[in-house]
Amino acid sequence: MTHHRIDIRGLVCPYTFVKAKLAIESLETGQVLEILLDYEEASISIPRAMKELGHSLLSAEKIGVRDWVLLIRKEKE
Amino acid sequence: MEFTEEQLQRYSRHIILPEVGGRGQAKISNAKVVIVGAGGLGCPVGYYLTAAGVGTIGLIDNDVVELSNLQRQIAHNVHTIGMLKVESAEKTFKALNPDVNIISHKVRISKINIIDIIKGYDIVVDGSDNFPTRYLVNDACVMAHKPLVSGAILKFEGQVTTIIPGEGHCYRCLFEEPPPAGLVPSCQEAGVLGVLTGVVGSLQATEVLKLILGKGDPLMNSLLVYDALKTVFRKVRVPKNSACAVCGEHPTITELIDYNEGYCSVR
Repeated sequence: MTHHRIDIRGLVCPYTFVKAKLAIESLETGQVLEILLDYEEASISIPRAMKELGHSLLSAEKIGVRDWVLLIRKEKE
Repeated sequence: MEFTEEQLQRYSRHIILPEVGGRGQAKISNAKVVIVGAGGLGCPVGYYLTAAGVGTIGLIDNDVVELSNLQRQIAHNVHTIGMLKVESAEKTFKALNPDVNIISHKVRISKINIIDIIKGYDIVVDGSDNFPTRYLVNDACVMAHKPLVSGAILKFEGQVTTIIPGEGHCYRCLFEEPPPAGLVPSCQEAGVLGVLTGVVGSLQATEVLKLILGKGDPLMNSLLVYDALKTVFRKVRVPKNSACAVCGEHPTITELIDYNEGYCSVR
């Protein structure tokens, strides 16, 4: 499975979500997007907004002092 | 489509909307919309469509900016008095969003040139101020199968309707013929509350964006009437008339008509 990953460290809202949303749009249903971010609020707001769009949060993990990794699976077009 | 960083910022509030997203914004960027009239309605319609990032916007007008226009025609200003309205509006729109390709048609629209002009666009907006043009644009859009978002204003009242040829009503299903010259006063005689153009023009721009996105319910088979004094919107049903002279089953109008004589707003 190809791995889709975006690094949006340094971005703040709403561009964190804009980038994440565009990346999800470009995937096929069932594919997983890995998002690396350092804007803490987006570790909550991106999963919430993605769930509203019908996608699944597979994991949300803090991996450093500021960095987070989210795994989102695209569930529908 | 790939957005530049600037475009991501500019259109971020659109891209966030579930109904728009990157794909919808790409549709907006690829759309071609032509506006009849760069006056009261054409200014706000063009201004908002420019802000929205509509890729190509055509403007049809052969009039020049006058001081009396500035009470409502928000794309013009004191420095563009005497300039062609299409050129004045182009300057304003380009300053707002240089991504947008503005095409100026410096002509008075007529049965001779209208089909040639509108055939290069996806959607037509009527912001004209007179009945001959309103009927000409309607008939041409029906014949050329172009969606039309029509708006009109007078005094404190505005109207908007969306015509999808082959699917819904047309302007002649609503009013078969233009009223006799002189019966209905023009804005020049009767006046208009300037801000009304903003309300009606913004509604027209909204309809255009919905058509581009394929979202929501267009004002098809209906006429939205706004009474500014009472602050009331009424949505009146307008069924498609199967006996309509231009869009009915057996059309009797098969060529375009210029109803010009006697209308004082036509110069």
